[in-house]
Amino acid sequence: MNKRIIARLDIKGDNLVKGIHLEGLRVLGKPEDYARYYYESGADELMFMDVVASLYNRNSLQDIISRVAREIFIPLTVGGGLRNIDDIRMALRSGADKVSLNTAAVANKHFVSEASRIFGSSNIVACIEAIKQPDGSYLAYTDNAREHTGLEVVKWARELQELGAGEIIITSVDNEGTGQGYDLELIRQVSAAVSIPVIAHGGAGKLEHLKDLFNDTNVDAVAVASMLHYNRSQMDINPSAFNKEGNIAFLMSGTGFSKFDTTSIPAMKEYLSSEGVHCRI
Amino acid sequence: MNKKVVILDYEMGNLFSVKNAFLSFGVETTISSDKAVIAAADAVILPGVGAFGQAMDNLRRLDLVETFSNFCKSGKPVLGICLGLQLLFNESEEFGNSKGLGLVPGTVKKFDQGSDMDLKVPHIGWNEISRVNRTNTDMLQGIDKDAMYFVHSYYVMPESADAVLTTTNYDGFIFCSSIQINNIFACQFHPEKSGKKGLNIFMNWYDKFVK
Repeated sequence: MNKRIIARLDIKGDNLVKGIHLEGLRVLGKPEDYARYYYESGADELMFMDVVASLYNRNSLQDIISRVAREIFIPLTVGGGLRNIDDIRMALRSGADKVSLNTAAVANKHFVSEASRIFGSSNIVACIEAIKQPDGSYLAYTDNAREHTGLEVVKWARELQELGAGEIIITSVDNEGTGQGYDLELIRQVSAAVSIPVIAHGGAGKLEHLKDLFNDTNVDAVAVASMLHYNRSQMDINPSAFNKEGNIAFLMSGTGFSKFDTTSIPAMKEYLSSEGVHCRI
Repeated sequence: MNKKVVILDYEMGNLFSVKNAFLSFGVETTISSDKAVIAAADAVILPGVGAFGQAMDNLRRLDLVETFSNFCKSGKPVLGICLGLQLLFNESEEFGNSKGLGLVPGTVKKFDQGSDMDLKVPHIGWNEISRVNRTNTDMLQGIDKDAMYFVHSYYVMPESADAVLTTTNYDGFIFCSSIQINNIFACQFHPEKSGKKGLNIFMNWYDKFVK
């Protein structure tokens, strides 16, 4: 089975943003431009997350998704601020294939089982934001790791599977956006605990990190943002296009980000294939 | 002139992605659950994501079982996708046993998560389709061992090996990933989500069977 490379696009308002530990969001560009570019360059899926939706109690991805779905023919996952069955139905109607749930799932577990019964398990991706505790255990958080849930990550992952989630995306908040590599222990624990596909997210800074991830864990897919975005963001920059929301100082500087080996999807897949990781080329 | 292609709307899954996919190469389709529209179509697409039992319930509630079955028997081109493939069969193991449309002899089975197989279920992701040895492979023109996007927990087992067009190997378990029998082509994968090679399959169907 091919390991999937998913381009993850964090969205704030109309813009693609990227943070560190899910915080300190900087504007990188227009999501549609990135989405098109990743589709053309062989991404296996795209994942759109409205990263401030839970915080602002809104859900504004519909327009972006319905535009993107007209020209991009790979699976699209949408997450952020989906609170009820109608929100999910709206997201799927705008062209999403799957939805990812976190905050609302923690608030009401029956929401996951109801959603998977109505829309099918394979359309429901459960999202877990994990933070390592001083004693080495992992606890789940919501709202970009602002809200503590007290749920133990591995147990929560198993429960989500029982509730009918079709996939789990596990984010290491500690490593997210840092480029220091994956928390392999976390991902190993989660992917060993469930029999549904697991997507790793948070930490890739070098190609070796991806190789280690696939060689050392049983994970099925990876959601990558920084390594791909920082490569793309240096291609065409028109700061005047971003006047609504967010911090564009980083983009204006025109620099890359030294912690990341920026790369493209074809280069990433070629490297992984040469290291024995089966990818769709 | 465009042939009248109808995407059957029975409230299961993302119909717009199938419509968008056909539009990407200039073919207009109509999404409809109207019996008269379906009966008058030149070709019908049965898409679908979700649960088998729920899908059959919807088809019955919308009174579309007979209309669609008659269309299949008329010999005009039919395209089934994912759940739309499975529904063509006699019955499915999903949630006890559910009766299907019975248009293709065979059954729908769940991936076994037994001790000897360590398959993750659902089978989600890109997997290669392999041709079996058969003469008419128009549907696969331009396709050679390409990976397509799958999302499913059940697979079809046609009674007749002649119905099988492609197979797919899921970590050692080989299942039927598409069928072609008379006027029916149906696939377990989602061409509308399989990038350019997926669109190529739709184009083949339209060019060779509908046009």
